[in-house]
Amino acid sequence: LSSSAEALALREQFSTPGQQKEASSLGMWIFLVTEIMFFGGMFLAYSIYRSSYPDVFARASNTLNVVIGAVNTAVLLCSSFTMVMAVHSAQVGSRRALIWFLILTILLGGVFLGVKAYEWNQKFEEHHVPGPTFHLEGETQQGRAQLFFSLYFLMTGLHALHMVVGVGLMLTLLYLAYKGRYTPEYYTPVDVGGLYWHFVDIVWIFLFPLLYLIGRHYHGHV
Amino acid sequence: MSEHIDSPRVYVAVFIALLACTLLTTMVAEVDLGFFNVVVALVIAVIKMLLVALFFMHLRHSTVLMKVVVGGGLLWLLIMLGLSATDYGTRGWL
Repeated sequence: LSSSAEALALREQFSTPGQQKEASSLGMWIFLVTEIMFFGGMFLAYSIYRSSYPDVFARASNTLNVVIGAVNTAVLLCSSFTMVMAVHSAQVGSRRALIWFLILTILLGGVFLGVKAYEWNQKFEEHHVPGPTFHLEGETQQGRAQLFFSLYFLMTGLHALHMVVGVGLMLTLLYLAYKGRYTPEYYTPVDVGGLYWHFVDIVWIFLFPLLYLIGRHYHGHV
Repeated sequence: MSEHIDSPRVYVAVFIALLACTLLTTMVAEVDLGFFNVVVALVIAVIKMLLVALFFMHLRHSTVLMKVVVGGGLLWLLIMLGLSATDYGTRGWL
């Protein structure tokens, strides 16, 4: 087992295990930079339309449930904590703790997606889904309100898709951790998977205030 | 390369700070600060981003190369957002 761990930690094209690990981390960071630009385009579209139609966007945003949004943010932050603890467990070589923290991360990711599904279902029932049946009560500018909900579904949808991919990665890590593949000498996939999971968390850290909170203070005078 | 291993205590402290920031941003959103509602919300979001990136993503122990890559990504994002803002922000001037 230890010889196979050594073989994983130092493949022949690298000089040292440290160099190999750094190459993997750098590769994931470069992928995450492309993800910054991918989500950045959507944040840009959102910012431009929000500054063009601030009142409609505030009224549409106020139909979202802030408590559910905040609780789901906390759920995602919990999952980031369990993820970083999974990496820590791998670092100190505790296979048991690694497995349990990965399971917790997967469960919390599942809770987040479940709450998201509940929220989307509410939107369908309230006719807040852009399309022929769209109707926002008391809104004179239905088209611009649809614009908000189009961006809402696009951004939360693509974020949720990233979460689904993340859960898939975690399940793979869980299987390999169960098989005893990771040691303090070689746990790079756990580390790099963690980078991806935390990045998806950061995207939500910006989505939550921009989608749920921006219009709250308009309560009185809109 | 000797791996730097953080104490779980650091992670717990960062986690609590993140939850506190979430509570704060949710509560302050109800107060009418006018234009500054957006500023406060984004400042808190950036603080949360830095906490996650520096501690959970171990960026503070990373090599200079890694920090430059991440900084470069953010710089290009700011160029995209900034130049677009100068475009849309000044169209009314004509």
